[in-house]
Amino acid sequence: MSASRAKFKAGDRVQVRFEDRPGHIRTPWYIRGKTGWVERIHGEFLNPESLGHGGDGLPKKVLYLVAFQQGDVWQRYAAKRDKLLVDIFEHWLEPAN
Amino acid sequence: MARGHHDIGGLSGAGPIDQSQHELSDWEILADAINQALGAKGIRRTDELRRVREEMESGAYHDMSYYERWIASMETILIEKKILTRDEIDRKLAEFEKKWGEP
Repeated sequence: MSASRAKFKAGDRVQVRFEDRPGHIRTPWYIRGKTGWVERIHGEFLNPESLGHGGDGLPKKVLYLVAFQQGDVWQRYAAKRDKLLVDIFEHWLEPAN
Repeated sequence: MARGHHDIGGLSGAGPIDQSQHELSDWEILADAINQALGAKGIRRTDELRRVREEMESGAYHDMSYYERWIASMETILIEKKILTRDEIDRKLAEFEKKWGEP
């Protein structure tokens, strides 16, 4: 995809929105509210939150590979420098400092 | 709301992951075949099946095995889209049970 359609670029710090709402959501609970960085942009994909309920999935949403420090995700994680990678759609991300 | 019964990443108490291989039963292979056919015909999308499994009554969700959940979610989609009725599915099941016995 053209990188210009994407709100974030590789390396940008991002925070996952903490939303608790009904419907088909691909953002796992454990990562909501956590802060990481964009590892890379996957591209634009049909929106599963629409597809799951019989919709056409449009407009497409930008999907990112987002990286987190394991120690930022789990309180008692021993190897704190380990990295966790999660696919997250743009509308679940906010800029973070 | 709170997290769904499918969204268990990070929860304690799930125990170790069973990594042993197991042979698929014929009915499990058949469930996969029906799933593929419904997809090829544009009747269901993967996200729809996921949504249905997420909306299931939690007790039923936990009681079912992986492919039992697949079958239950395909039934729900077929009923939602008015391709089959609950009654038609139940009648056919009763017919099979009469022929082959209780599963």
